[in-house]
Amino acid sequence: MSADVERHTLTVLVDNEAGVLARVVGLFSGRGYNIESLTVAEVDAASRTSRISIVTSGTPAVIAQIEAQLGRVVPVRKVTNWTSTRGGIEREMALIKVAGTGEKRVEALRMADAFRARPVDTTHTSFVFEITGAPAKIDSFIDLMRPLGLVDVSRTGVAAISRGPEAM
Amino acid sequence: MDKDNTLAPAPAAQGAPITLTGAEMVIRALKDQGVTHIFGYPGGAVLPIYDALFADEGITHVLVRHEQGAVHAAEGYARSTGKPGVVLVTSGPGATNAVTGLTDALMDSIPLIAITGQVPTHLIGTDGFQECDTVGITRPCTKDNWLVKDVNNLSRTLHEAFQIATTGRPGPVVVDIPKDIQFQKGVYLPPAGVQHRSYKPKTDPDPGAIARAVEMMAEAKRPVFYTGGGIINAGPEASKLLRELVTLTGFPITSTLMGLGAFPASRPEWLGMLGMHGTWEANHAMHDCDLMICLGARFDDRVTGRVNAFSPGSKKIHLDIDASQINKIVHVDLAIVADATKALREMVQVWKAKKKQADKAALKDWWAQVDQWRGRKSLAFKNSDTLIKPQYAVDRLYELTKDKDVYITTEVGQHQMWAAQRFKFEEPNHWMTSGGLGTMGYGLPAAVGVQMAHPDALVIDIAGEASVQMTMQEMSTAIQYNLPIKIFILNNEYMGMVRQWQQLLHGGRYSHSYSEALPDFVKMAEAFGCVGLRARTPQELDGKILEMISVKKPVLFDCRVDPMENCYPMIPSGAAHNEMLLSPDDGGEVSEAGKMLV
Ligand SMILES: Cc1ncc(C[n+]2csc(CCOP(=O)(O)OP(=O)(O)O)c2C)c(N)n1
Ligand SMILES: [Mg+2]
Repeated sequence: MSADVERHTLTVLVDNEAGVLARVVGLFSGRGYNIESLTVAEVDAASRTSRISIVTSGTPAVIAQIEAQLGRVVPVRKVTNWTSTRGGIEREMALIKVAGTGEKRVEALRMADAFRARPVDTTHTSFVFEITGAPAKIDSFIDLMRPLGLVDVSRTGVAAISRGPEAM
Repeated sequence: MDKDNTLAPAPAAQGAPITLTGAEMVIRALKDQGVTHIFGYPGGAVLPIYDALFADEGITHVLVRHEQGAVHAAEGYARSTGKPGVVLVTSGPGATNAVTGLTDALMDSIPLIAITGQVPTHLIGTDGFQECDTVGITRPCTKDNWLVKDVNNLSRTLHEAFQIATTGRPGPVVVDIPKDIQFQKGVYLPPAGVQHRSYKPKTDPDPGAIARAVEMMAEAKRPVFYTGGGIINAGPEASKLLRELVTLTGFPITSTLMGLGAFPASRPEWLGMLGMHGTWEANHAMHDCDLMICLGARFDDRVTGRVNAFSPGSKKIHLDIDASQINKIVHVDLAIVADATKALREMVQVWKAKKKQADKAALKDWWAQVDQWRGRKSLAFKNSDTLIKPQYAVDRLYELTKDKDVYITTEVGQHQMWAAQRFKFEEPNHWMTSGGLGTMGYGLPAAVGVQMAHPDALVIDIAGEASVQMTMQEMSTAIQYNLPIKIFILNNEYMGMVRQWQQLLHGGRYSHSYSEALPDFVKMAEAFGCVGLRARTPQELDGKILEMISVKKPVLFDCRVDPMENCYPMIPSGAAHNEMLLSPDDGGEVSEAGKMLV
């Protein structure tokens, strides 16, 4: 990343209707913005709203444009930038498969314990760990697993919410 | 969450529910929305709607000859009336043919509702005959779009489509309706019962920002108004208020291609159009001003030239209804996100209430400077006794039509720029051109749409011989509906604008820009049942133009002009506003970086 490029986490609250995700994602590809991670799910069935969390990167001017362009999309209700407001909590879940035997296997389990990663599948030659945390924590855990027999990674992407009693 | 999520009251609460087929609902919704004209082309997937149209007398359907023509005609209709344009086309090729027009409308913020037929719901996703992913294809070229899979959602969707297309920053929308839904019966909701659940564009200006803008204007020493298509889109009231604001302040004013007509070209404050082919005085005023008041324009690259050299010493105010335009290209000092009519009304009112005065002494010097720039006569050209110069042709066309109710459309190229530079517009909604997309083939169908809305007006498409061949077949539409449009072709036998760039940037290698194998336009006009006229010399031009005006039929006018004339002034790509070329003698060095640009 060049000097003034920053990584930002955005949450976009949208009307849950056909095509809205495509419109949001198409905006990123059409205007040449990055998507580093994306999560989406309905969060309120009664009001039919979904929440899209996007990790993106760009210069401050580009990030401001991304927020403004998202705001233009008709079914978008609200856009929040957790990185610039700094009032948010970001979490991600990952499933991480490590295969191996002997010393490495023991070491993997020890590390997992230190990171509060939970084995959710165990065989004589492998583990699947479930880990939750800020993306950076998951990055470090994956790096540590690499020499210990890392074979597969599945990450959910970031979900974000504000601290304190208020909604976004 | 502060949004109102309650659905509209059930129709039963207002009386007996109205039950209609989907196709009938389309016609009913159009009428309830005040639609009187639609532009369309039938096909298998819209036959039920055409059937409902057959049974109805309240809506005039204009049968075009290509779906692109339908969309441009609807654009011309919309721009010249301030009402939304409505398009009806079939699935598959009908929808894909409409894409150029939809993109054009998105770029120029034209309110359009396009209704597309779709294969029946059970065939969607099976590569059915004439199936295409219409909502997928049109998503990036619409403000919003919908595939309606339940007949009971159809009327709501149609009314929301009108609301979205016409409010906030206007734009095109698509409602894709599968054929089985057109046949099914369901409950019709009238427009009053429908409110979009989250869409609420912000239109009221922030009073603090208005007050600040007025302060900045009163303090300015070298101010300039830079106005755009947003003023036209906001409606005629915005143009009136703009005129009042200019009168109150005495500031000079320029406009983009899209904004022409918002301010009368005959008034002394008018500097002419700005930008790549703008006047010397407009671009220099932009470059040297200390306050730029941008109203409903978006700092397009045709306007700014090299951005890092754009108006380096000025404070900038930017009024736009679309928040994403603020600071997109140029950083501004004061943003006003609002409807232009409301914001201008507030500005005028606050200026008067606070008894503001412009800095008269400073303005006097500024105007002296502006007059010096005007003295360069940047639109002057060397006329000829033997060849019709294109500039001369536009001047004569203007002089001979200015007392009439005249609407001008254009194609894209040199002729478009000459028309924009030389035709003097006094009122909004009389100038229809493809600005953002630059779509060759726009002008002829747009003229059809304009003439449909204004049957007694003089509607002229100032065309190029290359562009006009892209949508030529709409001559037939003009004949069918007795639309006496005038297609005034500045025939230079070249894609002139391409040739000009090849001359300036590519060493005069005129690769594929010669209009080879041109048809005989006069004979072609006659084949269509139109009148064909041709002028080859300056001496015969006036007489032929007068003949064109007097004919009450569509006319194709083959005006043979100097093939090698270039359009000046010009800011070469990658240059700054104060690096304009006035004539070929100015050279025309284009930087390597500039060659990359379009
Ligand atoms: C659909 C489309 N294709 C290509 C272009 C690129 N283009 C811009 S101007 C131009 C030449 C237009 O020639 P003509 O209509 O004869 O106008 P002139 O410049 O000669 O006045 C071309 C090819 C375009 N604007 N639109
Ligand atoms: Mg030409």
